[in-house]
Amino acid sequence: MALIEETEAGEADDRKVGWAERVPVQYWVVIILLLIMPAFASDFTLFQIFGWSFILGMIALSLMFLAGYGGMVSLVQMTIAGLAGYMIAIFGDSAITDISQGWPWYVSIPIALIIAMLFGSLVGWLSVRTEGIYTIMITLAIASAFFYFARQNYVVFNGFSGFNGVLPPMLFGVDWRGSQAFYYLTLFWACLSYLVVLYLSRSPFGLALQGVRDNPRRMAALGFNVNAHRVAAYAFAALIAGIGGILLTWQSAQISPGTAGVGPVIDILIIAVIGGLRHPIGPFIGAFIYVVLKTFSVDFLTALGLGGERFQLLIGISFLVIVFWSPDGILGLWEKWRRSRGKDPLRDAGESKL
Amino acid sequence: MNAPTTVSERLNATGTANALELRGVSKLFGALAALSDINITVRPGERRAVLGSNGAGKTTLFNCITGDFLPTSGSIRFFGEDISEFPAHERIRRGLRRTYQISLLFTGLSVLDNVYLACCGVSRGRFSLIRPRRNDALMASAEDLVRVVHMEDAKDTLVSELSYGQQRQLEIAMALSGAPRFILFDEPAAGLSPTERRELVEILTGLPSHMGFIIIEHDMDVALRVAESVTMMHNGRIFKEGKPAEIEEDPEVQALYLGGGDG
Repeated sequence: MALIEETEAGEADDRKVGWAERVPVQYWVVIILLLIMPAFASDFTLFQIFGWSFILGMIALSLMFLAGYGGMVSLVQMTIAGLAGYMIAIFGDSAITDISQGWPWYVSIPIALIIAMLFGSLVGWLSVRTEGIYTIMITLAIASAFFYFARQNYVVFNGFSGFNGVLPPMLFGVDWRGSQAFYYLTLFWACLSYLVVLYLSRSPFGLALQGVRDNPRRMAALGFNVNAHRVAAYAFAALIAGIGGILLTWQSAQISPGTAGVGPVIDILIIAVIGGLRHPIGPFIGAFIYVVLKTFSVDFLTALGLGGERFQLLIGISFLVIVFWSPDGILGLWEKWRRSRGKDPLRDAGESKL
Repeated sequence: MNAPTTVSERLNATGTANALELRGVSKLFGALAALSDINITVRPGERRAVLGSNGAGKTTLFNCITGDFLPTSGSIRFFGEDISEFPAHERIRRGLRRTYQISLLFTGLSVLDNVYLACCGVSRGRFSLIRPRRNDALMASAEDLVRVVHMEDAKDTLVSELSYGQQRQLEIAMALSGAPRFILFDEPAAGLSPTERRELVEILTGLPSHMGFIIIEHDMDVALRVAESVTMMHNGRIFKEGKPAEIEEDPEVQALYLGGGDG
């Protein structure tokens, strides 16, 4: 008995040490840098650059989960985020008191997320029988339908102007829209969703999803209900997108049809592709690049003597350049660089395993 | 209609019914009849070889039985239960298994992960969000299966790095996951070396005696050594049925197989 207990304890210890050691030094640097960021970054950088990057990264992460692991390119993720944002505005507090129910956050947020997941599952259920370009078309159609419906419906969605004054709750006496608090709030949820996706990718559910992507017929021949698995993936992705949507609504304190318009819907796809669909870190890299470009390209263009309104051009060109050099996005470039470094004969032994 | 629903009913059905019963199964691809009016009865535990030239409809037969596609007409009963309309995954969950002629494996995953997925597919852990731990029951059964096909040294190797013969072995390990009651082997010996063939015959003859199977095989040596009955197919029809010795000596079969004919 004692022996077994001892070895078990020893094993647990081993694993703990192993876990800490398995995280390379570069990762620790990034983690610590992110944690102490508020010490030296400006309020604008924290709130507008990083806060927004984390949020868009989460919404793009939900697309990466579906597209990268499940092979389903869904353009509806921004719509799901928008729907979740609308739901906290409708069930929670906003300046539009005629419509908003004013329920407390611990009721309105779960309702918003549940509705987002139900909507995501419904879209999934409609689109899992299609493949490739048809999935893109169906989800794009649903996204545009939602945009026009929200814009024309005044009873529930308050039409063109949507809702303003949608604020996060003053939990623990903290103003969560303060730049530092908001930075940590978004950082927390971004890291959590990133780690959960990373963890799920090696769970039976995640492995099976990748199996469904590579070989649906074989998965059915192993006893998996392929369509049910895909719908479950949509539901999970909708949860991440929904959390991102609520944070996005709090950040701008408003939600309107334009938040989930066709432009933003496509932007999420661009973010995910720029970053890379192979690994859950990709969407966050893509989101950061997108936010930096979108924020500073106006200044950059006016400095060059061009019209500032042409910032979309700069984003488009960057997109083309990245996709041209590496179809796998920034992550693909990174892999290429690592591999070329691995060819060095002096380092050959260790790198060949990659 | 009167398909058994409860576990005990299904077990009772196991005792009395045939493992596999095909009645009047036909499959049309447009105007082409890949299968016409196939009637096959296989007892529980029976080992049957299906022979026939290319295009005889052997793999189509397998695809109809596992539900990869539905037959145009006819009924399929599996241990007494009518599975004609069931989707593939429901048939697999009832204990039917198959291997594929062209390996359909997950090349980006390791050997063990492939088998582990197969074990998940027929268990309640399909949707599990928890990563497998070292003492995970499914992982343990996956490791057992890897041992059954003598691949324990290659269990962490990516499938894309396996030799062709090893991929065929892995196919068999995946078909043995869960509690198979009946297995369809689609040309498991194709492309194997003589040594690998001997190992394959050992694995097949070493299967528990209640586990019946149908094997499609061009190599008469393999087919006749592992099977106790033979079905000859030709142009989508059943041409001959009998014991291996009878089939081997049948002049018509010899004319078809050895005389060259239309191959």
